[in-house]
Amino acid sequence: MSLQGALGRLKGRGGEAAPPDGWRELVTPEGVDLRLKVGAYAERFAALLIDFAILFAGLAVFSLVCLGVFFATRVTWGSEALGVVWLLGTFVGRNFYFVLFEMGPRAATPGKRAMGLRVASADGGRLTADMVFARNAMREVEVILPLTFFAARGEGVDAALISLGAVWSLVFVLFPLFNRDRRRMGDLVAGTMVVKAPKKVLQPDLADTERGAARGFAFTPAQLDAYGIKELHVLEDVIRAGDRKSMAEVASRIRTKIGWEGAADVADRTFLNAYYAALRGRLESRMLFGHRRKDKFDLG
Amino acid sequence: MAELHLKSWRFRAEREADWRRLEALLAKAEAGGAAKLKRDELLEIPLLYRQALSSLSVARSISLDQNLVAYLESLCTRAYFIVYGARTRLPERLAKFFLRDWPAAVQALWRETLVSFVLSAVAAAVAYVLVRRDADWFHSFVEPGVASGRDPTATTASLRDTLYHGGTASEGLSVFATFLFTHNAQIALFAFALGFLLCLPTAALLVMNGGMFGAFLALFVSRGLGFEAGGWLMIHGTTELFAIILAGAAGFSIGWSVCFPGERSRIDAAAAAGRRAATAMAGVVVMLFVAGILEGFGRQLIQVDYARYVIAVVMLLAWFAYFYWPRKLNP
Repeated sequence: MSLQGALGRLKGRGGEAAPPDGWRELVTPEGVDLRLKVGAYAERFAALLIDFAILFAGLAVFSLVCLGVFFATRVTWGSEALGVVWLLGTFVGRNFYFVLFEMGPRAATPGKRAMGLRVASADGGRLTADMVFARNAMREVEVILPLTFFAARGEGVDAALISLGAVWSLVFVLFPLFNRDRRRMGDLVAGTMVVKAPKKVLQPDLADTERGAARGFAFTPAQLDAYGIKELHVLEDVIRAGDRKSMAEVASRIRTKIGWEGAADVADRTFLNAYYAALRGRLESRMLFGHRRKDKFDLG
Repeated sequence: MAELHLKSWRFRAEREADWRRLEALLAKAEAGGAAKLKRDELLEIPLLYRQALSSLSVARSISLDQNLVAYLESLCTRAYFIVYGARTRLPERLAKFFLRDWPAAVQALWRETLVSFVLSAVAAAVAYVLVRRDADWFHSFVEPGVASGRDPTATTASLRDTLYHGGTASEGLSVFATFLFTHNAQIALFAFALGFLLCLPTAALLVMNGGMFGAFLALFVSRGLGFEAGGWLMIHGTTELFAIILAGAAGFSIGWSVCFPGERSRIDAAAAAGRRAATAMAGVVVMLFVAGILEGFGRQLIQVDYARYVIAVVMLLAWFAYFYWPRKLNP
């Protein structure tokens, strides 16, 4: 059975029922699907770079402090203790930087936090310490092994072997490209995945603002039937972005499309808001009666 | 004039305060763990979480405000991870690890442990026989860097010296011990991680390790130093070799479950084996730490062969009793 086949079987879904790329079903025990978003390659790579930068900077500073203390004191027992501290410090840093952060309440290293990512158990259960340990122990093979191959130098047969090894180790590096949840080998062995966990801000309801101003507007059902949900969402984005130029353009286009004959001297924003509120009202009430109008071409 | 408003607007207005409350509690919990929360707040979170979840499913079916739905999705996800990610605190987790998880994981790996022991033992025996017959084989098993002068060309006196040196100069011992520990732990982690590749690299590592052991032993036995070398190797070797065998076993269990997943899917089997093996591996790091201390301090400070053997046997028995003593390990 191929890996893809195995992944497909794990999710227990046929090809056509699969959610769009990058989404992952996560049904809570209460029966609600949270629709987790899988972390993108670029974000995860950036997170890894940030973490490595922090790690190496930390180790460098730590080594400098150790050296500084050594030259400042010059005590024989001191040098020995420092050696122990340095070796243990680098060992702990190298192996437990990721583990310690991912075991915390945010389940993310500083790099992952910066990119709005977190580690989650792939089956939706709780993330346990052994999972975190397993996924980070595999990093040895996924990062250190390819680096050793690429850093190695040799001649003749050695060179051939090294290049073969480098190609072989690429399998681990490129592994996340070949499964839908973008899991790396460590994720597979630990049963984890990296998902997006952005903090969204609740913005004011657009159907509420300037509702006094909205009263002056009356749209006919025909004017409101010009658009569907997709256009409503675009309109929402335009109003929330608040860019004067694009609002003017959108407003003039809507006025032409619906044949607006009301007051022409109202501000674009006011007009768009009123139309948004009316359109949303229309689409939502139709939705309550079981008709979800996808976009303006959906005439069903 | 409430009836003039949209249903979705009223829906939001009625519940927004609860969502904001949950958001504030979550921010607090994420910043400092559950310990930062007061008792009431702690009890409040699951209630607010369920409320938010039901809001989310209602919002999906009645509201077309995409910001609202996205906000509720992110809020519910954050709350879900806090509510169902309930974790014990560090001391409790450590206690659980040493009392139950670690021995249980090692016990579950008994078959793999046996295999990796047999592999190492056979490799050691082969290396021993080969080196006894022709000393040149030594170089095939031991890299010059590791041997550091302890090879067939060395004199018997200098070999004897390596077994007991360091007794007078005790400085640098702790650094040495720490170095050995970090080095061995890194190798063991590597053996574990390589197990995923269908067991083969792990097996190769174990064979190399066993062969090195056998070659060293053969060299010392050929000079009539067998008993002394045994003490020198075994004082920490019982712990260290056991740890390396366990690391190999952990790697094997992952590779095996990838090859032969049984009833489960390959991915599920690998994940289950990976988690169990990871627990055993965390223990292996602890064992190697103990071995490093024994090697760095014990071996250099204790120069009497019998004392070295006693420590070796006691350590081995202690590990066996700890791992395999029949007892209830179920949670």
